Amino acid sequence: MSYAFPDAGGHFGPYGGMFVPETLMAALTELADEYARAKADPVFQAELDGLLRDYVGRPTPLYFAEGWTQKLGGARIYLKREDLLHTGAHKINNALGQILLAKRLGKTRIIAETGAGQHGVATATVAARFGMECVIYMGAVDMERQYLNVVRMRLLGAEVRPVHAGQATLKEAVNEAMRDWVTNVQGTHYILGSALGSHPFPMIVRDFHRVIGVEARRQILDREGRLPDVLVACVGGGSNSIGLFHPFLEDPSVRMVGVEAGGHGILPGEHAARFQGGRLGVLQGTKTWLLANDDGQIELTHSVSAGLDYAAIGPEHAWLHDQGRVVYRYATDAEALQGFRELSAVEGIIPALESSHALAEVRKLAPGMAKDEIIIVNLSGRGDKDVAQAAKFLLGEDS
Amino acid sequence: MNRIDATFDSLRAIGKRAFVAYVSGGDPDQDRSLEILRALDQAGADVIELGVPFSDPLADGIVNQLAAQRALEAGATLPRMLDLVRRFRAESEKALVLFTYLNPVYTYGFERFHADAAAAGADGVLLLDLPPDEIPRNAELEERPSLRHIRLIAPTTPKERIPLLAGASEGFVYYVSRAGVTGAQTTLAEGIAENVAEIRRHTQVPVAVGFGISTPEQAAEVARAADGVVVGSAIVNIIAENAGAADVAERVLSFVKPLVDAVKSV
Repeated sequence: MSYAFPDAGGHFGPYGGMFVPETLMAALTELADEYARAKADPVFQAELDGLLRDYVGRPTPLYFAEGWTQKLGGARIYLKREDLLHTGAHKINNALGQILLAKRLGKTRIIAETGAGQHGVATATVAARFGMECVIYMGAVDMERQYLNVVRMRLLGAEVRPVHAGQATLKEAVNEAMRDWVTNVQGTHYILGSALGSHPFPMIVRDFHRVIGVEARRQILDREGRLPDVLVACVGGGSNSIGLFHPFLEDPSVRMVGVEAGGHGILPGEHAARFQGGRLGVLQGTKTWLLANDDGQIELTHSVSAGLDYAAIGPEHAWLHDQGRVVYRYATDAEALQGFRELSAVEGIIPALESSHALAEVRKLAPGMAKDEIIIVNLSGRGDKDVAQAAKFLLGEDS
Repeated sequence: MNRIDATFDSLRAIGKRAFVAYVSGGDPDQDRSLEILRALDQAGADVIELGVPFSDPLADGIVNQLAAQRALEAGATLPRMLDLVRRFRAESEKALVLFTYLNPVYTYGFERFHADAAAAGADGVLLLDLPPDEIPRNAELEERPSLRHIRLIAPTTPKERIPLLAGASEGFVYYVSRAGVTGAQTTLAEGIAENVAEIRRHTQVPVAVGFGISTPEQAAEVARAADGVVVGSAIVNIIAENAGAADVAERVLSFVKPLVDAVKSV
């Protein structure tokens, strides 16, 4: 069985596609064509690989979390250390790949949306590195809860534009970035930060993050002489998870778990778990599972982690969900915070709140597994940015 | 005969252009929205585009975004917009197009939407984020002949794509005169006449031009090049400025009348 998605129009089975205003069709088609050329161009690949190694810090280690394994008392747990990358999260894999594409396309201005700020920082970073003008759209609410990242982006020379519409989080930032792109499409490239939106973005973003799974596969074979039993990753739009999962899709013995944000629990407006209470729909260029009311209006979402606080899931995840190839579960804010605290205390690694949702799932899974079974969890980002946010919850609990 | 086709046919017969007016349905509330539709009718608009509000209108500028937000806060839903069409249709034969994003229609059910919108008295639909390319790929998006399907063509549309879009257009082609979101502009985009001429090479369907038109002078200039002139945000802006006023419909009437006159002067 060979997995060959998406098709030429960006469809993953019934999901994905190009549901965009006509003004953007030409730019998206141009991007897809240029990407196909770049993918086949050894010079492009060599430049990307060189920068991933020397500028970004790849490969990242696959670390055996011995203390945490002992504490949970079951499967052997490995952490894929994307948190050690330049700028502190996996997001830079894609930002770097896309700015190289933008350069090939002759674009001189870069825009991006950001939720937690990690994609914004990664984009601002590569824009600085390549001397391009950079504008980052960020929800005003997210700017407040991720203020440190706002300062970082500004230091890197980016303009951070607050978005006040609606809920003032990630979804509104995407809307505003798309409006900018519609208006300035000639000289501007939009570096979309997750495996969502219109084709070709879900495919391009996935491909630039596949390096995570490709490395992890090689590393676990070197270390354990066999494939892992379970892969676990958090899923907002779904970029870090698809990057880890994709190179393992044709290994039937490898189970995969995507972890959505359960927020305060599965009630309307209180979570961002699209496979729990979501429905099929079309948002921001793609057909996928999303959170909407009976009138098709997009619902409010909530998560303690800004990076998972989004109403739609990447279309490839919707397809993998239908196929039963990946199982999707969720972790609540409280469960994620327990994972956040436990990994910090036991392994001396402070994880991002987004990644902590995956850690929460490991805490549920590992104890019930045999001691010779293997879990790889994607530690997609580090938690420095989240310390102030977490303190509100954790210190309150301790006092 | 479909009211859109009949309208453009009779205008063509007398050598006149169509004035197409856009407003956000349910803005500022359901009853005053009906009064505004009456005002557009009375002002002489030939076709009315009624926006069905969506929470995430990513092709719209701030004026239309806020209008959708006001309407949603006032309780607008797709079924209520169909009810508005029904009430308007009871008293007018004006051609009417529903203008929205795919998700509300998708959630309502594409087939059911076509049946119910036509039954309510709508003549056409324009879905901003549904390019015709996707229709054969998605069985549930099969279009029904009960409504005319209006397509957008943009200044960024490559020449080789125009035949597909023009060929798939029913009722009229909506030529978006500038790359960007909706919103009034002080200057007109360039190249409108050339682009309209290019589109006309591929279709008999009339071509209406919109995006950024806000003054009678601009409307007249566009009317010289196209079969129809669309004004949206500038009208919505009048509604926004007078959302709290009892006479919002009269103010819309006195704003739109000179625009219609300008188009008819050509």
